[in-house]
Formats: sequence, structure tokens, C-alpha cells
Amino acid sequence: MTSVRDAVSFDVERIRRDFPILGKGIAYLDNAATTQKPQRVIDRITRFYREQNGNVHRGVHDLSVMATREYEGARQRIAKDINAKSEREIVFVRGTTEAINLVAQSFVRPKLKQGSRVLITAMEHHSNIVPWQAICGETGAKLDVAPIDDNGDVVLEAFDRLVRKGPVIASFASVSNALGTVNPIKEMIEMCKSNGVPTLIDGAQSVPHTRVDVRDIDCDFFAFSSHKAFGPTGIGALYGREELLNAMQPYQYGGDMILYVSFEHTEYAPSPARFEAGTPHIAGAIGMAEAIDYVREIGDFRLHENRLIDSAVQRLHEIDGVRLVGMPKRRMGVVSFLLDGVHPHDVGTILNESGVAIRAGHHCAQPLMHRFDIPGTCRASFAFYNNEAEVDALIAGVRKAKEVFSQ
Amino acid sequence: MSQLTELYQEVILDHYRNPRNAKPIEKETHSAEGHNPLCGDDVEVHLLIEDGVVADVSVRGVGCAISTASSSLMSEAIRGKSLDEVEQMFERFHAMVTSPIDAPAPIDGLGKLEVLAGVRNYPVRIKCATLPWHALKSAIAGSSEPVTTEAGE
Repeated sequence: MTSVRDAVSFDVERIRRDFPILGKGIAYLDNAATTQKPQRVIDRITRFYREQNGNVHRGVHDLSVMATREYEGARQRIAKDINAKSEREIVFVRGTTEAINLVAQSFVRPKLKQGSRVLITAMEHHSNIVPWQAICGETGAKLDVAPIDDNGDVVLEAFDRLVRKGPVIASFASVSNALGTVNPIKEMIEMCKSNGVPTLIDGAQSVPHTRVDVRDIDCDFFAFSSHKAFGPTGIGALYGREELLNAMQPYQYGGDMILYVSFEHTEYAPSPARFEAGTPHIAGAIGMAEAIDYVREIGDFRLHENRLIDSAVQRLHEIDGVRLVGMPKRRMGVVSFLLDGVHPHDVGTILNESGVAIRAGHHCAQPLMHRFDIPGTCRASFAFYNNEAEVDALIAGVRKAKEVFSQ
Repeated sequence: MSQLTELYQEVILDHYRNPRNAKPIEKETHSAEGHNPLCGDDVEVHLLIEDGVVADVSVRGVGCAISTASSSLMSEAIRGKSLDEVEQMFERFHAMVTSPIDAPAPIDGLGKLEVLAGVRNYPVRIKCATLPWHALKSAIAGSSEPVTTEAGE
């Protein structure tokens, strides 16, 4: 556990030196898209390729044994970090998107028939809409969408009503990538559990900011990406309860996911091998675990992050003509806003000229944008390595955009 | 003039705030929609083509300053022009906004459209400027499929 002293003593300027890309003139405020990597993660991946590279689970030679040990060690590290019961509950995937697709295809689709339901919320990322829409379309099932209010919070009574209709799964984000809303996932999962509805949590935007305990929140599945949490791209994890995973159909077929193959019949391996056909992203998994180790060692940064976000919200709010999109009860990582009379893309271009990287657009959440009747937003998203000087740069850039458009 | 003030010069901001020919037209012979899936910009082009000439035009859409101004400027530029002239204008406009930035932009025959030459400096914004032109081309070709900026360029 981290102490109060750690929280106060979190030294952002020291932390920034761990990230070679920072401090070179770009205020990087697009962390909800992807985060930067500390030297330690970059070095770990390099060391794997330089010293430990072999294929996993198949060789009798030393390099293969070493690669297998590191890869499975990474799985154990992740299982421990999120408090899974066993490493067999951790499936390596390409990222959150693949994790959701895996659950959609292997757990949900076989259960769907005409009249079945799937439940999501109105704030989901396209990756937590489209996979469900596709399988509902194929089977005649219905996709229910729990509404959100004008602040960007899920309307819990409506969510509960839809849970009572008995969907095959309820799949929702822990934190909204477009608004920064922190959903009360424990409460929502409890609603689902008391109605026997399995849950999948899209943890892509919460994992970079807070540690998850999957047994405490008591979800059935939890999906997240490494690249949004200071690790490499192309790797992520799906947590699933072991008994559910072992009852599921494989997702892809090939080597490494079998017990026995003949031309007539194949017996599939249990989880996680069952879902990891082919050579996995070994270096990615090792880098992912290294990033977790790094983040757990730098101390408690929640206070620092919260102060930064509060400051950004406050200072944007003070600019005449800025409208914040989404004022959720609890916010994490993300501030979405609009500048009167200036399209988000033009704000984004002008901010880029001022050395500030933000995202402008619909943030892969077009239905959410329709909900607010806007084409998109400007999104500044933060990580623990951001500092107040970068908030200054954001504010100066937004003022500059206002000035350019007021000529 | 800095690259930024070249991009967002007065003429462009004026056309962004007050887009020309944005009202529906009563009679039309050709129309098409354009869509940029990356940013969500949408544009509709409606044309009345009589005797091979653009007799009336309406361009409406939801988008950034660059795509809105480009739509508006395009609508002014093509009104009264023959289809051959419009085709030539498309080619010249495309050549201008995609020309290398280390040489002066080729602006011959483009008239007022030259104010959009500044997008050359912003590769990710070039599609904003070309979106209405692709929709125009599609309308003239009589295609019923909406064009997207992601289908080749």
C-alpha cells in the first residue's frame, strides 16, 4: 500500500525524466489515445530480443525455455496485479478491442437467438458497440443501450430496468474515453449479478489511472490494453473467470491451443492456451508486465492527477466561449470541450502549432456525439507524467485558437 | 504570413461563418454526399446541370472551417461553368492542395480558390479541403454511392 507521504511526495519532474519522448517541446495531452513509454519498458523489450528470444511452449532448448518463462511470468504478474484467482484467467490479446470481440464471439454469440438481448451504455467506444451490433444482427438479438444524462453519467434506474430484461451480457466501460466519466461499476455489476447477468468491463481508460481488483468488483470479464498504460502496442489482456473461459468455444484455431489433433478431431487446451492460437506477442507481454512493475513503483499519483484535471477543467471553464462536454460526478483522465464557433479540428490544428497534442473529433464514439448533438469535441487527456506547465500550454493554445478565429 | 494565419486567413473564416450557396435549390439534376469517416465531416452537393453547364448549385454540410470554406468557395467557382471547366478546376485544385511545400503552389486558373493553398502545410487537413470536390465529382458522375475520403485519394 502507498502512504499519504507518497501521495504528497510524487515528484512529476523526476518521473518525466523516465520518458525519453517527454520534454522535447510537445505537451502530450492525448493519453487516452495512447500513452508514452518509460525507458525501462523500451529497454526490457530490447533485452528480450537481444538475449532471450525464442518461441514459447515448444522448444527443448534454453532460449525457448527462457522465453516461455518470461512470457508466463508476465501472465502471472498481470494476474497478481488485478487480483485474479489464477494466471489461467489471463488471456493475452492484441488489446481491448480483441478482448471484447473474443467474448462476443466465444461467450455471447453461441447463446444468442431471436429475442435475446445484449446491454451496453450510451457512452461506449465503437469497440464496445460494433462487435455486439454485429452478432445481434446475425442472430436476431436486440442491442439495448442504457441512456446517459446531460452530465454524461449513466442513468442507473434505466440501466437497472434493462438489466432486469435479462441480457446475455452487460458490457460497459469503467471510464468513458470521450467524457472521462467514471462509472459506478461496482454498483452496476451488483445490479447485473442480482439478476444473473454476466458482465464485461471495458477497462481501457481506467487501468492507466487506477488499479483494478477484479475479485473486489466481481465482474466476469475485464478487458484492457497495454499501450494505454505505458506499455507496448499490440498487446492487452482479457481477464475471465476460469470456469467461464473453459466452457467457451475457442476464438481462433491453430497451433498452441490444442491438446491433441487428428484429421478427424481436435481436443482444445484449457484457458489460456485455448484462446492463444499461434505465436503470441511474446515481447509485448513482457513489456506489458514491465510497465505494470514501473507504474506500481513510482508511488501514488492519484492526487497529482486529480489536481491536474481539476486545474484543466477549472481553467478551461474560465475561458469565455469554452463549453465543457460532460460534467460527470466523478472524472478520470479526460476533459472534453468545445470552443464556440470553432470546429474541434481547427482547435486541434492550432493547438498542434502551439506544441500541444490533443485529440479532436468523435473519439470513436459517434453515437455519444449524436447524444449531445455535436460533431465531436476537443479532448485533452492526462497521465501521471503531465504537469501544470502543460495545462498552461493547453490554455494558451485554446486562447490562441479563439484569437485566430476572432479576426 | 505564418503558416497558421495563411491557413486561417480572412477569406476562409468569412466563408466558414457565412457559407455561400448553402440553401436548398428548387430544381436539381445531380446530387451526392461526401463523408470523412476520420473526422465525421459530412457534405451534400446538389446541382442543376443544364446543357452541360452548372446552372445552379447548393453545398451544405457539417464540418471544420477548412471543409466548410472549401465547399462554399467551390460552389461559387463552379456556378455557370461547363462540365469540362469544372473537371479542369477539380484537377487544378487537387494539384494545388497536394503540391510539394518546397515550391510555390500552382495556382493558375484557380482564382479565389488559391486561398486554400495553405492546407499544403497540414497534410492531415488536405482531405478537409478536397471532400466537397470529391462529392462534386461523384454527383456529376451520377454515382449513387456516397464518397468517402478514405477510398483512395
